[in-house]
Amino acid sequence: MKKLLILTTALVATGYAASAQELNIVSWGGSYTVSQVEAYHKPFTEMTGVKINSIDADNPATPLKAQVEAGNVSIDLADIELSDAIRLCDEGLLEPIDPAILPPAPDGTPATEDFVPGAIQDCAVANIVWGTVVAYDKTKFPGNEPSTLADFFDTTKYPGKRGLLKTAKRTMEMALVADGVAPDQVYEVLGTDEGVARAFKKLDSIKKDIVWWEAGAQPPQLLADGEVVMTTGYNGRFFAAEVGEGKPFGTIWDGEYMDYDLWAIPKGAPHLEDAKKFLAFSTDTQRLADQAKYIAYGPARKSSNALIGLYKDGKTEMAPYMPTNPENMKNPIWTDPTFWADHDAELAEKFNAWLAS
Amino acid sequence: MTDATSQMITTADGKPLKAALAASLAVRRRRAFLLVAPLFLFILISFIVPIGQMLFQSFYNDTFSKNAPALVEWFSTHPEGSEIDESAYAALAADLAQMKKDRTAGEAGTRINYDVSGTRSLFTSTARGADKFKPPFKEAILQVEKKWDNPNVWRAMRSASSPFTLDFYLAANDLTRDESGKIVPVAEGQAIYKKLMGRTLMLSLEITALCLLLGFPIAFLLSSLPMRKAMLLMILVLLPFWTSLLVRTTAWMVLLQSQGVVNDLLVWLGLVRDDHRIQMMYNETGTIVAMTHILLPFTILPLYSVMKTIPPSYVRAARSLGATSWTAFRRVYLPQTLPGIGAGGLLVFILAMGYYITPALVGGADGQMISNMIAMHMQKTLNWSLAAALAAELLAIVLIFFWIYDKLVGIDKMKLG
Repeated sequence: MKKLLILTTALVATGYAASAQELNIVSWGGSYTVSQVEAYHKPFTEMTGVKINSIDADNPATPLKAQVEAGNVSIDLADIELSDAIRLCDEGLLEPIDPAILPPAPDGTPATEDFVPGAIQDCAVANIVWGTVVAYDKTKFPGNEPSTLADFFDTTKYPGKRGLLKTAKRTMEMALVADGVAPDQVYEVLGTDEGVARAFKKLDSIKKDIVWWEAGAQPPQLLADGEVVMTTGYNGRFFAAEVGEGKPFGTIWDGEYMDYDLWAIPKGAPHLEDAKKFLAFSTDTQRLADQAKYIAYGPARKSSNALIGLYKDGKTEMAPYMPTNPENMKNPIWTDPTFWADHDAELAEKFNAWLAS
Repeated sequence: MTDATSQMITTADGKPLKAALAASLAVRRRRAFLLVAPLFLFILISFIVPIGQMLFQSFYNDTFSKNAPALVEWFSTHPEGSEIDESAYAALAADLAQMKKDRTAGEAGTRINYDVSGTRSLFTSTARGADKFKPPFKEAILQVEKKWDNPNVWRAMRSASSPFTLDFYLAANDLTRDESGKIVPVAEGQAIYKKLMGRTLMLSLEITALCLLLGFPIAFLLSSLPMRKAMLLMILVLLPFWTSLLVRTTAWMVLLQSQGVVNDLLVWLGLVRDDHRIQMMYNETGTIVAMTHILLPFTILPLYSVMKTIPPSYVRAARSLGATSWTAFRRVYLPQTLPGIGAGGLLVFILAMGYYITPALVGGADGQMISNMIAMHMQKTLNWSLAAALAAELLAIVLIFFWIYDKLVGIDKMKLG
């Protein structure tokens, strides 16, 4: 039965029949895919003549897994999350990627040093870095704007409701960092019972003021409605509300939670060589900087930061909104997918038990 | 007389009537079956098979046993309580080496991780160097990862060495096994499912009661008004019914949130101070209000269809015989609406038990239901077996209520519309 399900899923995807000189690339859709088409796909087609079919999926890892397991692969390249990249690689569903194929930075720095730490995995290479940050309503704190993650948990100094993501992942790490744990030690602390208790204690201090959110579209909405005065959320969404719609939001770049999206090639991809070529091309310094023109997610290469220009409106400087801007990267929490692969279920249960108590 | 019955009745062409009738009925039955065959197939493929497959996963999980043949063999020859000796570690080393080759350490480790948190990386990290292990394996493995010493890991592996397992049902009831294999409750801070199951049950009962309380007078009004006015009112009931669930949930968020319409109105009227707005959303109240509104048509419609068939003359007769209006309602009218109350109540209750989107959006911390946990295990932790076990329990509870209903009221008395 599982085979049958996998087969039907794979059949749907084989609508994009494999032929020479094309690539099937699966990504998340929306403005994110648009940014990739503009910055990567079009120049690649221009340069090589290879046609690119851009396919949308809710989570590209799902059709990828189904196709490889059914042995009928039509996807050449997929944009997936770090935890999925590691899991699928562990299960042998991804093509290993030799970092030597990645071009060096313009100044000659090798790719392995140019990419931010953790961006090059055994079977995947990151293209963007995205942050879960705290944003606040500027009109609520005139002359006394919050600036640290600890301020988010300080309801005496900054009264008002707080929006928080209703999952253990990210929320517990941010609570610990706000409580004074150094970001690079956060997983060491969270791995102990005392650390978990400490995170809950910190969360307890604002529990009655928390409005929980789950979907990425909620935080800017909660903030715009005045339902909360401060909330965690995805930096690209806050950018769209602040710059795109002119909302009076401010972003706190302290203790932000950093995660990647990565390119991965499934085992048995029909156009392996072209896929590798595309992967190397799209993660070069210029291409990663180009993508930033369309969306406020940071390039995974340090050398791209200098090349980031204006937003597509032609007047907004992108650099201050980038999670990878050195100004913003003073105190980030880097996700640890291995920790979460181990503790996701346990902490999710504890987190929900804490929520319900 | 005896002559007539013993003689067989035949049709005009001499066939026995019984056989001829049976043959013609068989053709009809086949034709009828062909007509329902597409629906039957559809239900089988899209409903029964996937649900069956899902429930099967709640007690069958072979992700460890199929990847660790040597350990399965060792566990089957060494009964519970055996010492974890060199032969066990040799089996472990053989399996880990194989896992490295097939890249299945993550898969096998995930299964053990469901039971003992923190063991997935134990598998992946040990498997990384597994082809270099040399005897004595116990020392070699423990040198790489001290955690293999933990008897709980071995207990979990023994439990997972058979693909058939009750582990997920234990987990769904906040139970686990200790190192000796005895069933014990999980740590206090981790127990969640029984509590949520109870809350789901309570919330569903409250919502059902509210729906009946609110729906009954509306249905009565609908059934007693003249047709034209009733139709107008009916549209008011049906319009929200036809509107998307998400739209209605969001509408409630706009109305009830602390900067929302209702609170603004109360502040403007001076009933509530601006800094003490009432929290009606993102908690249990929000869940109850939104779900009651969304499920209300499911009580109104069956009640209306039943009330429509009750002749008003019965109540008039009761009144004319001296009954007070309350007695006439209680003894004459209400019992006749019972099929509608039963159908509407049961429908709302079953729908409420499995509700997911609305509590997820407006439930906040204390308005969560068990379906939100099922969704979490389906989408985030990817522990489909636990999700299946929770779903199976939910299904069992609904079936129990169905059975109670059948015993008390009788399922044949139910009228859905």
